[in-house]
Amino acid sequence: MTAVILFAILVLVGIAIWQITKIFELSQLRQTKDESQVANDQDNHRNGQLMFAFLIFIYLITIYSFWAWGDVLLPESASEHGQDIDRLMWISFALIFFVQTITQALLHYFSYKYRGRKDQKALFYADNDKLEFIWTIIPVVTLAGLIMYGLFTWTSIMNIEENDEALVVELYAQQFNWKARYAGNDGVLGDANVRFLQDYDGRNLVGIDSADPYGLDDVVVQELHLPKGREVIFKMRSQDVLHSAYMPHFRAQMNCVPGMITEFAFTPIMTTEEMRQTPDMVAKVEKINRIRYENSKALLANGEEALDAYQFDYLLLCNKICGASHYNMQMKIVVEEEEDFNKWMAQQTTFAQTIQQ
Amino acid sequence: MGADHAHHKETFITKYIFSQDHKMIAKQYLITGLIMGIIGIAMSLLFRLQLAWPEKSFAVFDIFLGKWAPDGVMDPNVYLALVTIHGTLMVFFVLTAGLSGTFSNLLIPLQIGARDMASGLLNMISYWLFFLSSVIMIASLFVESGPAAAGWTIYPPLSALPQAQPGSGLGMTLWLVSMAIFIASSLLGSLNYIVTVINLRTKGMSMTRLPLTIWAFFVTAIIGVVSFPVLLSAALLLIMDRSFGTSFFLSDIFIQGEVLHYQGGSPVLYEHLFWFLGHPEVYIVLLPALGITSEVLATNARKPIFGYRAMVASILAIAFLSTIVWGHHMFISGMNPFLGSVFTFTTLLIAIPSAVKAFNYITTLWKGNLQMNPGMLFSIGLVSTFISGGLTGIILGDSTLDINVHDTYFVVAHFHLVMGISALYGLFAGVYHWFPKMFGRMMNKNLGYVHFWVTAICAYGVFFPMHFVGMAGLPRRYYSNTAFPYFDDLANINVIITIFALIAGAAQLVFLYNFIQSIFYGKKAVQNPWKSNTMEWTTPVEHIHGNWPGDIPHVHRWAYDYSKPGHDEDFIPQNVPLAEGEEELQH
Repeated sequence: MTAVILFAILVLVGIAIWQITKIFELSQLRQTKDESQVANDQDNHRNGQLMFAFLIFIYLITIYSFWAWGDVLLPESASEHGQDIDRLMWISFALIFFVQTITQALLHYFSYKYRGRKDQKALFYADNDKLEFIWTIIPVVTLAGLIMYGLFTWTSIMNIEENDEALVVELYAQQFNWKARYAGNDGVLGDANVRFLQDYDGRNLVGIDSADPYGLDDVVVQELHLPKGREVIFKMRSQDVLHSAYMPHFRAQMNCVPGMITEFAFTPIMTTEEMRQTPDMVAKVEKINRIRYENSKALLANGEEALDAYQFDYLLLCNKICGASHYNMQMKIVVEEEEDFNKWMAQQTTFAQTIQQ
Repeated sequence: MGADHAHHKETFITKYIFSQDHKMIAKQYLITGLIMGIIGIAMSLLFRLQLAWPEKSFAVFDIFLGKWAPDGVMDPNVYLALVTIHGTLMVFFVLTAGLSGTFSNLLIPLQIGARDMASGLLNMISYWLFFLSSVIMIASLFVESGPAAAGWTIYPPLSALPQAQPGSGLGMTLWLVSMAIFIASSLLGSLNYIVTVINLRTKGMSMTRLPLTIWAFFVTAIIGVVSFPVLLSAALLLIMDRSFGTSFFLSDIFIQGEVLHYQGGSPVLYEHLFWFLGHPEVYIVLLPALGITSEVLATNARKPIFGYRAMVASILAIAFLSTIVWGHHMFISGMNPFLGSVFTFTTLLIAIPSAVKAFNYITTLWKGNLQMNPGMLFSIGLVSTFISGGLTGIILGDSTLDINVHDTYFVVAHFHLVMGISALYGLFAGVYHWFPKMFGRMMNKNLGYVHFWVTAICAYGVFFPMHFVGMAGLPRRYYSNTAFPYFDDLANINVIITIFALIAGAAQLVFLYNFIQSIFYGKKAVQNPWKSNTMEWTTPVEHIHGNWPGDIPHVHRWAYDYSKPGHDEDFIPQNVPLAEGEEELQH
């Protein structure tokens, strides 16, 4: 059915285009027949006006997009460094909108204003060193500022220092799921390699070396829990192809590369519960559930099951193409108070327990 | 080289197929490029349907994808194959070979005043290698396990291990072979362009009198020669890893229940090699389009291009910088963060020459007498999308901000506007502008107007909302976002994007119709329909071998003497000697 509708739309669009062409042609009947296929004054006039209309179109689509879809943008950052990123992001955006508004206006307004006429001659104006110097130096200064700001932030985010306070977590990627490994009481992750994956009938999920005493108290889980307010140092590994650990709400991302360990660190500042309570998130979840409700009605009409109501959770997504189920490689992240985290951790099975089973 | 060239006896085969004439080779490149473009764009429409209405059954899937779309529902592997081949075809086959191949071949000899390319034979071989690589790439669509599906960047290990996905089997081998041949073709072409520009300029055509088109093609060819061989080496090493058991890019891999023997290699090495071409490639695509725009804009504005020297300088600056910024594709690859700082610095520097170009284009329009031919509209459109798309580069080029938008739809929106749409506009501007030179006939301007306006509206309609999808955190190359209820509110944006994309696709049919119809039935062109200054318009409308019937005209001035005070006409072709007392502009 959709295919038929789509086909009908395409046909209608085709007809519309054909009609517009006809109008373009008919509008020229009045004048003496001109078949040169070179733009004449009337073409210049009409297309000049369309250029101006197009400028308005660009502005309108910008305004409309923010009005209609402003709420799909990511909510406020749930990590410490994320706030710095967001600040730089909005500064950059302000700059972009400023330049975009002015340059598009000049471009399209000039296209309209100076549309060609037979009785007019262009100005012979080939060079102006002063002008060119100005619009070289302005970007230089602006960019110098942006580069400096960016580099300071980048260095502070990427400069990861090992310390006793921080929680060390390994993110382990494989086609097509995530696992997380905590270092246990000793705070040190045991050595691991894909060569150990087949040990213990496949119960050694992330290939920990059982000869390494540091590894025995490690904890491997399928759902990532993080304590609020404590720095988390992630060590990323992959067992097969490239993956990328993307945690958009924390403004965090790092590739997982087979054969090497990559690092990223952040400090969560909002628990899952707190994030759910923010007004933006409440509105977003409400909107999503309205959409799911509508979709469910259609599903029920087809005799299928309705969709579950949605509740917000932090996400870890795979963001590097990794094969057929790339689009569904995810892990839930729970941020909670330190004590809840400790309670949860106490219930998990250590590697030593796993291999003794 | 001499006029005796014109007296060769030509058969159908030497004239139309194995031709060594640059004008015929240009047409061959254009038509092959357009065919690849049709396939590439059609693929994008297929996967846009899937994105707007995920996992729905479509009759078109059934027709085009057959068993890869059981019951008309697209398979995820096929989705990945479609985005991969779409990217490959558009970047390399349409916007590199189709754009640069067509217009470098057509315009270099004609605009510098040469009878042909330095080596007609190499030129012919270059085209036929391109043709061969196109055939192999298309053939890869028909193998049992499907074409390459690891993304157009084909990062290993995904692309190296047939166990990782069906597309990494025979389809990937064909992809690599096709690209290796493509690179050989591109290198032969580029060397030819460079040698021709340096050696075969007519008397008086100094480097500072070259039209900006030639500067752009010349510098593009140099970038190609510098960077394409590196991709060739990456492709060869990948072939070694795939077929001969080496470990250049592979280490410590466990897949399908099996530990593989690879040890000590690194996928990050591949990323470096790939992007050492991959980023300059953006400018290989874009610079010719900017060169064409400079020429078309000045001619139709009836004004000199503003700041000729600055335009040449910015082409050179962009070319130089383009070779030292590749790492901005790898900020979060696991590369040393210090390198991230360096590449952020070099990357944001590119904004400076780019801004100079944009401002100079806008000033060229100021107080002009704009002739709104279809080519002119596409050139103005190019400046518009170049600005809109280029500005978001400030975000992606900044390592700090890239952390959160890397590999999301924000990137897709950015590069489609700044290099995809802009370069396509450059291609269209070139086709409309030089169609009379290529085929001796005019294209229908009204169809051209419809083509431009529908495309222009749809280009923004598709890619502007896409920034929002990316800012919402949706990764690219996702078969659907149904696995994440969190993204449910993006569904209607996706529908809107797809509808605009379908209309844009339909608008290209108007162009195709106009193109084909005009080749056979278009109005016969006059010698210089746009009243242009450059040398190609001093040749006769009917193509002759050797380009000029008599001696090659000499050049006496730069290419941009439009509306020069003290002259009746508003253009003075380059071969017109300076009038008594007339001074040439110092540039």
